[in-house]
Amino acid sequence: MRIDFTVNGTAAQVAVDPTTPLLDVLRNELDLKGARYGCGLEQCGACMVLVDNEPVFACGREVGTIAGRHVATVESLAGHPLHQAFLDEQAGQCGYCLAGILISAKALLDRTPSPTRAEVVAALDKHLCRCGTQYRIIRAVERAAALLAHGEVR
Amino acid sequence: MSATTLPASLATTPSPAKWLRFDPDRTVHLSVGKVEIGQGIMTALAQIAAEELDVPLDTIRLLAGDTDLAPDEGSTTSSLSIEVGGASLRLVGAEVRARMIARLAQRLNCAPADITVADGAFLRAGVPTGQDYWSVAPEVDLVRPADGATAPKPIAEYRLVGRSAPRRDLPAKISGAAFIQDLVRPDLLHARMLRQPFRGARLAALDEAAIRRAAGGELRILRHGNFVALLSANETVAHRAAAAAPTHAQWENVRRLTPAQQEAAWLVGQPSDDREIGDPGPAAAGTVVEARYSRPYIAHASIGPSCALAENRDGHLSVWSHTQGVYPLRAALARVLDRRPETISVHHAQGAGCYGHNGADDAALDAAVVATLVPDRCIRVQWRREEEFGFEPLGSAMAISLRAVLDPAGKPIDWTAEIWSGSHVQRPAMGGNLLGHEALPVPAPDPRPTDPSEAAGGGGTRNAIPHYAIAARRVLHHLVPGAPVRTSALRGLGAVANVFALESFMDELAARAGVDPVTYRLSLLDGRPRAAGVIARAATMAGWVRRGPGGDGHGWGIGFAQYKNRSAYAAVVAEVEVEREVRLRRVWCAADAGLVVNPDGMRNQLEGGILQAASFTLKEQITFGETGVSSLDWETYPILRFSEVPEEIACDLIDAPEERALGVGECTLGPTAAAIGNAVAHALGVRIRDMPFTRERIAAVLLG
Repeated sequence: MRIDFTVNGTAAQVAVDPTTPLLDVLRNELDLKGARYGCGLEQCGACMVLVDNEPVFACGREVGTIAGRHVATVESLAGHPLHQAFLDEQAGQCGYCLAGILISAKALLDRTPSPTRAEVVAALDKHLCRCGTQYRIIRAVERAAALLAHGEVR
Repeated sequence: MSATTLPASLATTPSPAKWLRFDPDRTVHLSVGKVEIGQGIMTALAQIAAEELDVPLDTIRLLAGDTDLAPDEGSTTSSLSIEVGGASLRLVGAEVRARMIARLAQRLNCAPADITVADGAFLRAGVPTGQDYWSVAPEVDLVRPADGATAPKPIAEYRLVGRSAPRRDLPAKISGAAFIQDLVRPDLLHARMLRQPFRGARLAALDEAAIRRAAGGELRILRHGNFVALLSANETVAHRAAAAAPTHAQWENVRRLTPAQQEAAWLVGQPSDDREIGDPGPAAAGTVVEARYSRPYIAHASIGPSCALAENRDGHLSVWSHTQGVYPLRAALARVLDRRPETISVHHAQGAGCYGHNGADDAALDAAVVATLVPDRCIRVQWRREEEFGFEPLGSAMAISLRAVLDPAGKPIDWTAEIWSGSHVQRPAMGGNLLGHEALPVPAPDPRPTDPSEAAGGGGTRNAIPHYAIAARRVLHHLVPGAPVRTSALRGLGAVANVFALESFMDELAARAGVDPVTYRLSLLDGRPRAAGVIARAATMAGWVRRGPGGDGHGWGIGFAQYKNRSAYAAVVAEVEVEREVRLRRVWCAADAGLVVNPDGMRNQLEGGILQAASFTLKEQITFGETGVSSLDWETYPILRFSEVPEEIACDLIDAPEERALGVGECTLGPTAAAIGNAVAHALGVRIRDMPFTRERIAAVLLG
């Protein structure tokens, strides 16, 4: 079946079984490797992408349901203050969880440009990080918010 | 320095040419055997090499973990990459620099001492010579072995080592493809495994038609003894087949587990290999105090399940793996596949953090077996989440009985730790099996569980001997070879539970003596200034003097260890609130790891160790069902979440540049577990001696 949608602002067309997980389509049909397989159970967040600006577990979302919708992956965040903030805070160890976390952080900052710490934590709580980098990640999202507020996007 | 005192990596590969070369694009190409497993080691090694050579940090290119192209540095384990790999690189850099300078001095007819290096260029008496490493390199023999005799640069002249450098790997990891899971090769065939439930199990029946129906696409079912792989050019098809396959397979000779076996207490009294280390008995006379502590089986629980690629073309097998050691993996593959090692190449590719011996090597064998049977394709094996939890080697459960004889002042004068544990290292090189080997037509023999020697830091005994000044200290170690699940190295090995136990016991002894826990510890650390130093610093950072009497649900606790009793020192103070569950509020840590290479990288590792240990201590336990591990997802094996992270974590690094540089990946784990345990005891007025401190366990204690 042919399915049309947009990914990172570009029209995409795939011919696959509509029950295929969006994650597999992004990674294998569209060669976008930023969304990662972690559990396939919507429990860890490594696969998070935006569908019409809402964070969605790509591992559990059938591609047939996104026809006509707008998907954004971490590859679309180049130049976003979140990138600079994560590098400034060195908010990563193995980094496997980060792509999904950046996506949820992006959705948070779009909705709530100056989040409280509690709001940052709530937005990220569906994500797991095994290396114990959460403290730095929280600070990085707060820093990104500050960069946005001050227009300090480098 | 004689050859016998060379760091192990350099002793194995003494030729500088195997470590570095100067490429025409004015970069320095480093080849190393230690690999990135999330700990940031590539950044630190680049700093060490750039420092020794006096080249800009961004001229360093790194190739890590490759049996064709990089030195054999064994495995990336035991917090030794800075201590051994870094020390080797330092000597290599010093040697190369000296040979280059010697050659240029000859050419310029001057003394080597007249030549200095700045940004990779040579100066004579401070004046540019127009020559640099790249121009001189063609005239210098870098093949001739280094003997370690060339003195490295004085630490006082360091300008890169000791300053924070950003992680080299981070930009890619926040942008897109960066991991082994993202590799794309021609002729890719996706593979998923149907796992043999346990060694010895026989596949009696497999409903292949039902699996094909579930797969919903073109599928090849590859059976080889009890080894079953599900292959498809379409990853979704292979995955669906694998998810369905276990319900369509009937196994015979399956071992049965009982819930009791998932508890550490089950190990006590099982047949065991026993040994005694430390001071001999009999014990001194005095008041005897005893307590038993435990930790259950826990998982590495990497966020990215194991993955490997393999292709067998023209008689050569190429394998890509996130293994901790490409050479040991190659040797193991050669044994299992009955091939000469020279016919196998293993290339490291980064995976998610592993925290020890997880499924990485097993996935590599899976891919290699399939590639051998299906040549001329690139076989990509991706383990499923359920498979990783169900089949990765686990961190062994441990039961630890401590016994102290006290002097009249309440200080221990005789200390005995009695430990029951499964093995802490069953890598294939140490008597363990690669998982898939047990399912092959000629299966692996039963593993012969052993444990690392004391010289290697011990396994179940790691950190069981207290660092404190106690007249007699001994360990009785019961290694239980019949542990019901496969166990192997998990970050810290036995040190996590041993330090939890011994530092909890120290608090119990301090309370008996009516002495503040910090004061009590310091009184047993005469002549051990680095240990006392980190404890005092952590207490100061935390404002320990504010610590109240406790018992009101608000607690402070401290934990300390020198990792392996010979590596980095760390003291951790935890502040908790306990109502129905434990809330970790703040954590302070002081660490002394000698010369610091990358301060921010070190803090990152310390913080990570603290949070992972908090997760172990508060939440984690593998559970068993009838046929195997039953905690197969993140709901049944919860780990620390963002909402459970303390609101403050502060790490101070003790400045000790004159001391040997040490790794810090594991030094905070035990102290953190102990600090939390002691804080909870302080908050409740009741001691909990068994990890994890779950809501159920807290409720049980509060109900008495």
